[in-house]
Amino acid sequence: MTVQSQQQSDKSMLSYLAPRVREIQPSGIRKFFDLASGSKDIITLGVGEPDFITPWHVREACVYSLERGYTSYTSNAGTPELREAIAEYLYNGFDVKYDPKDEILVTVGGSEAIDLALRALIEPGDEILVPAPCYISYSPISFISGGIPVEIETYAKDNFKLKAEHLQAKITPKSKVLILNYPSNPTGGIMTYEDWLPIAKLVEKHDLIVISDEIYAELTYGGKHVSFASLPGMKDRTILVNGFSKAFAMTGWRMGYACGHPELIYAMLKIHQYTVMCAPVMGQVAALEALKNGLEEKDQMVESYNQRRRLIVQGLRDIGLSCHEPQGAFYAFPGIEATGLSSDEFAQRLLMEAKVAAVPGTAFGAGGEGYLRCSYATSVNQINEALDRMGQFIHKLKQG
Amino acid sequence: MKPLSELKLKVLDLLKEDARRSPALLATLLGVTADEVSAAITELEEDNVIVKYATVINSGKLDDEKVTALIEVQITPERGRGFEAIAERVYLFPQVKSVYLMSGAYDLLVEVEGRTLKEVASFVSDKLSTLDSVLSTKTHFILKKYKQDGIIFEDPEEDRRLMISP
Repeated sequence: MTVQSQQQSDKSMLSYLAPRVREIQPSGIRKFFDLASGSKDIITLGVGEPDFITPWHVREACVYSLERGYTSYTSNAGTPELREAIAEYLYNGFDVKYDPKDEILVTVGGSEAIDLALRALIEPGDEILVPAPCYISYSPISFISGGIPVEIETYAKDNFKLKAEHLQAKITPKSKVLILNYPSNPTGGIMTYEDWLPIAKLVEKHDLIVISDEIYAELTYGGKHVSFASLPGMKDRTILVNGFSKAFAMTGWRMGYACGHPELIYAMLKIHQYTVMCAPVMGQVAALEALKNGLEEKDQMVESYNQRRRLIVQGLRDIGLSCHEPQGAFYAFPGIEATGLSSDEFAQRLLMEAKVAAVPGTAFGAGGEGYLRCSYATSVNQINEALDRMGQFIHKLKQG
Repeated sequence: MKPLSELKLKVLDLLKEDARRSPALLATLLGVTADEVSAAITELEEDNVIVKYATVINSGKLDDEKVTALIEVQITPERGRGFEAIAERVYLFPQVKSVYLMSGAYDLLVEVEGRTLKEVASFVSDKLSTLDSVLSTKTHFILKKYKQDGIIFEDPEEDRRLMISP
């Protein structure tokens, strides 16, 4: 080995990494996953995905297309049929009208769509506003894009709605993008038309672009989801992100899409075509089948989630935890502060002592301290058993 | 017949999944009171919509395996009573588990259960075929049940999802 190569190998590989990647912290969910996966006989309320399997006809459509040899690239933006079906679905379901020709881009999951949007918009130093507690990826991918994530607190007393005054307080001349995620993971909070109006005013006043992640749109209980893009004047300022994971139980397919102004979509398309080229053709075939013939099954799944939502919220309150009523997604977000434990401590002891896995609220940002995310995308029996075990655990805590 | 209320339909769906669910649990799931659920169940029972709370058994898991046959029966309908009289003669036999009037190549489909193959065979030859209006029978023994009443008998697969995910 030459002296030079010896010196090179002594140098830590970490030093080669881009500083902003080196600085990213591993997700709190990942940490907790490592802890939980070593344990046995666990009931898990920790999963962020449906417990249903993709409906059979959707899987079958994909298998059939493979048998017929549909294995090639599609156009970068996705097949025209799928884009047309998406446009029709959004118009019928959420009153937002997009032209399938140049306002819709099919992506590899909603996550790619958000990443593309940020990379297309952000210059180093731009600030990205994110209501929190929020989905774990928003801050890190904002950071990777070169921007600076700025969390806006939301509170249980407001049912975790985004309040205009809290948003206003965080806006600076550097603010450029606002990421919205309603219905919210992890809080289950939703926004109504009236809730949105003051937010839309601020967005206009401060010339912000909105990335609206509406992946849980279909999982809205007791009312219709209001898309931010449907508000007066907001369509051109909004990149609407959605996908098939949650509504059609298709998480592993990684099928998502972004809709917005043709110039924004074109910018995102350029990055998309040089990175992933196009979303997998088999996934696109399945997604098309889901939109064409899967709406009834989707409704049945939503009905089941709604039933389990009532069960878990009632159950959590019965065992003495405070829990606001989540109106969307499939998470309950009870407060555990009264137990005197931190979120991390509570979740770890719950896992070790009661064999119930749930995610500490802190995994979703600083505002998550004092909370626990409990997914109810699991069977009624499992929820009942988990509540039983949690009840006993809390009883033991109280007895000291 | 009057269509069932939305509540009753939902109660039926939930009981079909698991008949042992209590009115209190059903009430929580549906966001109504336990009294409303109990009243709905009582009416469903009284109207003979809920006929029985039964257990679906995966007989393949039992040692004392019974023999089940599906028998296609061709019959001559009776003047004035059509297929009713003969159907009644057939379904009153305790060995007979179910009887359906069918369209197509035969008239009745009869499900018969017995302890042995011989027992089922003698029921068919001695009792069923000898009925006056029975023209012919064709017996098919069930070799294995994969699915019954919407329930797949294969051992349930484990949850493939990660224990914790975003």
